[in-house]
Amino acid sequence: MLKGKAFKFGDDISTDLIVPGRLVHLRSNLPELAKHVLEDADPTFAARVKPGDFVVGGNNFGLGSSREHAPIVIKMAGVSAVLAKSFARIFFRNAINRGLPVLICDTDQIKEGDELEVDMEAGIVHDVTNDVNLTFKPIPKAMLAILDEGGLIPYIQKYGDFKIE
Amino acid sequence: MGKTLAEKILSQKLGRDVSAGEIVVSPVDLAFVQDTTGPLTVREYQASGFGAIADKRRSVLFLDHAAPSPNAQLSTDHLLLRSFARDTGCVISDVGAGVCHQIVAESMARPGDIVVGADSHTVTAGAMGAFATGMGSSDVAVAFALGKTWFRVPETIKIEVKNKFQQFVTAKDLILHVIGMIGADGATYKALEFGGKTVESMSMSGRLTIANMAVEAGAKIGVFPSDQTTEKMLREMGRAEQYRSISPDKDAVYERVIEIDASELEPTVSRPHTVDNTVLAKDLKGVRIHQVFLGTCTNGRLEDFALAASILRNKKISPDTRLVVAPASKRVLLQAMDAGYMRIFIEAGGMILPPGCGACLGVHQGVLGDGEACLSTANRNFKGRMGNPNSFVYLGSPATAAATALTGMVTDPREVL
Ligand code: SF4
Repeated sequence: MLKGKAFKFGDDISTDLIVPGRLVHLRSNLPELAKHVLEDADPTFAARVKPGDFVVGGNNFGLGSSREHAPIVIKMAGVSAVLAKSFARIFFRNAINRGLPVLICDTDQIKEGDELEVDMEAGIVHDVTNDVNLTFKPIPKAMLAILDEGGLIPYIQKYGDFKIE
Repeated sequence: MGKTLAEKILSQKLGRDVSAGEIVVSPVDLAFVQDTTGPLTVREYQASGFGAIADKRRSVLFLDHAAPSPNAQLSTDHLLLRSFARDTGCVISDVGAGVCHQIVAESMARPGDIVVGADSHTVTAGAMGAFATGMGSSDVAVAFALGKTWFRVPETIKIEVKNKFQQFVTAKDLILHVIGMIGADGATYKALEFGGKTVESMSMSGRLTIANMAVEAGAKIGVFPSDQTTEKMLREMGRAEQYRSISPDKDAVYERVIEIDASELEPTVSRPHTVDNTVLAKDLKGVRIHQVFLGTCTNGRLEDFALAASILRNKKISPDTRLVVAPASKRVLLQAMDAGYMRIFIEAGGMILPPGCGACLGVHQGVLGDGEACLSTANRNFKGRMGNPNSFVYLGSPATAAATALTGMVTDPREVL
């Protein structure tokens, strides 16, 4: 069970808002880069987020570039999962490749600061503050296998190949 | 059942029939990274104990986003990529050569290829009939190591375009119009396939512009059939033997077909801060623009420069704006010099950057000041994109960019004739 507080963001949170291009020189220094996570969407986020908390977006979360640094810094901030109504394709794949759960559910029902509990097995997000249960779309099987190994590299190290057909 | 282009390319590659919705593991014909995503790929590769590169002649590292590098950290990243190329035998395209997607189009991608790149605009090569898509650094590290990757075969939205563009209306206006219509997530996880009479007569340069921006509607690929235009381009690049004809079946099954009449389109602009926030250029009269950026993998080609130069010839840009020009590749730069376009830009008051991404991603060479606005021919206008979250980016065609440079305000190019 994942537990934490919801940090609410709007629609179209781009990878530029998560890790801006102007900080590209910090990409080989991930701990430094992670201090700026989501800075252009909410400059106070990095200071407030606690291990276990959730990033909650609207539609098309993670649109934009292929920078894997986006899910990396979100994970480094201690975020246990990103919830959104929909995700951009590359961000979704990158998050799974880094072992960061990305869950598609009706986030309109979640408010900033709500306490959430996520049951990955059952596919349920329990909003403790509101006492509502939301179901999230099952992660596709091929991707779940990668997530379960903690990401793509550990998965390939273990199996030596893709085992998803 | 008939196949879409996406299904066809993957079926031919795999030697069996696949259709939308299937998960496949596919060989990769070309894999690449650039200097902002590549260092992570290299570190993943080195740390994970992967052996030799599967196909080092088709695994490429591009130094283009920071070219030349503006600071020590990025210069050190460049060193890492160069030494990895030396050690593994991968291909390196060093600073000054140009933007990855332009070089992939000029000298690497072939019709029917599967192309993966650690850059979202890898979709650009779809213009040549390749299945080309952007991925993260880890995915490309694995493609380097195994020579393969996995895909879900995408459903396809077909964009069918008929009739002729009006003067000063371009492929850029068409794709901005499409994205404005279907939205920034209108094609998420899907293929955008382009066809119809207008597309058949469209130049490769225009096709590259359109395919490049497919990802701005969320698409996995933006793909065109290959035809005599593709063949001609390959021949010009000395790669005539790499031509293959690829087209969708007549009875292909599309999720949706969108018909567009090119003759009805007008110069179109995306307003800050999303690409689907489109409006006609003429409806933005009076919006002040402090910098015009002509270049990028979207519109930094010879044909784009020819169009802009035709508007700027013997004219001066507004004293209240700057014109920054970045050719997409060394080849484009040389050809534009020979054709006299660079002289026209400089005499009009513009400045020329080396081939590369330049100001596009906000690292250097044209970062905007607080409250400033840029009209860019790039593909993306997200908040902070050009290096400052307190600035504004509008997107338009090279014609709109040139007209805007003349007036210092967003301008429909038909109004400066
Ligand atoms: S020109 Fe801009 S969009 Fe194209 S690859 Fe470079 S940074 Fe990306």
